[in-house]
Amino acid sequence: MKLTVWTYEGPTHVGAMRVATAMKGLHYVLHAPQGDTYADLLFTMIERRNHRPPVTYTTFQARDLGSDTASLFKSAAQDAVERFNPEAIIVGASCTAELIQDDPAGLAETMGLDIPVIPLELPSYSRKENFGADETFYQIVRTLAKAQERTKHVTCNILGPTALGFRARDNIEEITGLLEDLGISINVVAPFDATPTDIANIPAAHFNVLLTPETGEAACRWLEKTHNQPFTKVVPIGVGATRDFIAEVAQITGLPCKPDESRLRMPWWSKSVDSTYLTGKRVFIFGDGTHVAAHARIARDEMGFEVVGIGCYNREMARPIRALAKDYGLEALITDDYLAVEDAIQQAAPEMILGTQMERHIGKRLGIPCAVISAPVHVQDFPARYSPQVGFEGANVIFDTLIHPLVMGLEEHLLTMFRDDFEFHDAAGPSHHGGHSPKPAEEVSCSGEMKEEVAPSLDNVVWLTDAEKELKKIPFFVRGKARRNTEAFAAERGLAEISLDTLYEAKAHYAR
Amino acid sequence: MNLPLPPTNGGCRTAPVLKERGQREVFCGLTGIIWLHRKMQDAFFLVVGSRTCAHLLQSAAGVMIFAEPRFGTAILEETDLAGMADAHQELDREVARLLERRPDIRQLFLVGSCPSEVIKIDLARAAERLTQVHAPHVRVLNYSGSGIETTFTQGEDACLASMVPVLKDTTARELLLVGALPDVVEDQMIDLLTKMGIDNIRLLPARRIDDTTAVGPNTVFALTQPFLGDTHAELERRGARHLAAPFPFGDEGTTAWLRTIAHEFGVSEEVFEQVTTAPRARARKAIAQAAEALNGKSVFFFPDSQLEIPLARFLTRECGMTAIEVGSPYIHDALHGPDLDLLPAGPQISEGQDVDKQLARARAARPDLTVCGLGLANPLEAEGLSTKWAIELVFTPVHFYEQAGDLAGLFSRPLRRKQALQLEAAE
Repeated sequence: MKLTVWTYEGPTHVGAMRVATAMKGLHYVLHAPQGDTYADLLFTMIERRNHRPPVTYTTFQARDLGSDTASLFKSAAQDAVERFNPEAIIVGASCTAELIQDDPAGLAETMGLDIPVIPLELPSYSRKENFGADETFYQIVRTLAKAQERTKHVTCNILGPTALGFRARDNIEEITGLLEDLGISINVVAPFDATPTDIANIPAAHFNVLLTPETGEAACRWLEKTHNQPFTKVVPIGVGATRDFIAEVAQITGLPCKPDESRLRMPWWSKSVDSTYLTGKRVFIFGDGTHVAAHARIARDEMGFEVVGIGCYNREMARPIRALAKDYGLEALITDDYLAVEDAIQQAAPEMILGTQMERHIGKRLGIPCAVISAPVHVQDFPARYSPQVGFEGANVIFDTLIHPLVMGLEEHLLTMFRDDFEFHDAAGPSHHGGHSPKPAEEVSCSGEMKEEVAPSLDNVVWLTDAEKELKKIPFFVRGKARRNTEAFAAERGLAEISLDTLYEAKAHYAR
Repeated sequence: MNLPLPPTNGGCRTAPVLKERGQREVFCGLTGIIWLHRKMQDAFFLVVGSRTCAHLLQSAAGVMIFAEPRFGTAILEETDLAGMADAHQELDREVARLLERRPDIRQLFLVGSCPSEVIKIDLARAAERLTQVHAPHVRVLNYSGSGIETTFTQGEDACLASMVPVLKDTTARELLLVGALPDVVEDQMIDLLTKMGIDNIRLLPARRIDDTTAVGPNTVFALTQPFLGDTHAELERRGARHLAAPFPFGDEGTTAWLRTIAHEFGVSEEVFEQVTTAPRARARKAIAQAAEALNGKSVFFFPDSQLEIPLARFLTRECGMTAIEVGSPYIHDALHGPDLDLLPAGPQISEGQDVDKQLARARAARPDLTVCGLGLANPLEAEGLSTKWAIELVFTPVHFYEQAGDLAGLFSRPLRRKQALQLEAAE
């Protein structure tokens, strides 16, 4: 048993739903109790989908348990096939149905349906949502893909994007444009908007683009082994990664691959003088492994940030993320316990967080700006405008995303110069955020925890009143760092007290 | 006595009920935790369940809005299922850790889920044991919020019903008001009754455990929510008597509900009028404004919270709407009868759900407004049907006079929006 207040990933069958909902002509018959239908709203509300997920729930109740839940499953499956007329169905159990062991796969097999029936075994008590999506897509591909001749001209499949993915819709459009620009046509995009017939045709392509490793890697590995289709390992998020991706495609296809970079603005935006204020900003990165890896590179190499924390919630990516963190001189945080993430963020006292909706919330509590770069998603992560993350336009979008939460360059200076101005003070937050500006002072009093004030002092150094007062004059976005640096400085020198002089000596010591 | 008159064409109490069972597009009872944990400020709700339960709770209400919610899920893992770990020891450990972290918690609810019930973890026994360990500071109770036992608002019913047996005994003549209401609404309700001279009022749930809610043979109780069937039964078991009335939605419902209590406590007609005239007039005025958009329109209710019957009564009698179908997950005559008496005959009354069949009926009827759950709303909007998400009716203050206009407004807004949006090119 493990106590959880908030989870980064849903259960495995929600992963399967993300695949089913992304597809057309496929239906999911899910053996599940009443109440599990809540998952529909993830798609209809968060993603604003205009149709119900293609899922039939058996919705058994207590009174069914004594009698015959198996026949309930069979009649639900029969009704679903008749009503929705799918090309194929996937069948499985949610966590409770797994316990009653009705064996949906075996039951569906005995029904003699004349369409492919794909059974799913998704262990609800040991695995999570991403595994569920990855495994479901793999099983669908394994069952439906048909060996066939390659297309005459060079084509590829784009594999991995599901419903409820992070900017899946726009990523597909952007990567399609990029590949076509390179002279490569798209054979199939899956599971997003794919039919079972499309899945059957996957082996006609020359190679696969694995756009989201979390949900498409098992299928890509199987296609490589069985149908001899290589797949791309670089996820083209960020300028450097996009260029590496293009090089990888050139290597796979033997095509010259000269991309059109005329719309790529991000490098100049990073180099222009206004961006000086970004240099050395300390950022903490947490999310799914793929996005964390991409953003670590963007943060350090393309924005000039200093990365002070790296971690991911999906254990499947623990190994690459640990290796990556080492490369940045850090220890990776691999956990799905958001309280541990909050502790780590508080310890690192970054100036900005690149995270998920949960880290945005943590940032709000700690008064640290946060840009959302990874699932789990919220209604805000489905913008109406075109907003890809991959390719060159994706890099442009990410630049905007990363600077939006921050206080702007000149504003930052003015805040430092006129610390006591009653209107123009740091607690008012970035001027372009209106009502959403963080209010650290209030936050502290209403949470009753006084987070910042009781932050454990190293070696119990005491802050003298003058120094404490001066510390409060330092803008909130660097205050945490100033406190930590000063305490570390004092501790190193064996000082028991921090005076105004100590504060400024520390400032000079850490000047950069 | 201007009691509401039953409709001239007869009411719906004896109308045939279409009973369906099939796929149900409803939440399970765990969802009630979202509002219960805000209502009872010293309570913590610990769901013993799966990752699905935790995911439901955070999804159903966009739960990230709460800094530190007073609920959590003890997620069962493989070791718990394989019997490798003793579920009770595990639970004791998690509860001890939780209570240590949250010394402000005075009552803890162990909430059963589908998986905990299927593998038969005895939470009643656990609650007894944990009460002994953590008494007197913390009281531990248990109830089921599982989908196999409860539908959406039945979770609150199960929670309140679990509290009735531990209420103190009393022989005092008291009025017990039952159902979780937003504080502002609760204050208005108490104020109205106090002005009538009724002051021996108790609340279930009370905001804090130290409050002195008690029950006994001289207790009379009124329900403020139409989904409290089990709590009703538990209170009768303790000797309390139910004051059946239409539920306090809209001017008419609120007046009838108050009048039933006033009658019981011998409040004079004069005092009753004096207390209710001004807020009644305000309610009528506010309803009239919002009802302009509703008048003459048709409404179709999918089953969701058991609020459907009283709300259909309000919309048909006070807002000029016509009900096509009124679906409720469950219908209890003792609770819903007074509202069914007033609901003009005509609509199909349905209990339970087979969602695809019901969707087919809604599409055929093409109602002006469809009241349904979050999973159905956008798909129906995309088909051109205006919808009202039912869950908002549970999360918004809608009871009594001062909220009557807001209640009508919840239904009129989707229709006004449809009118307001002009997205086509000008000719």
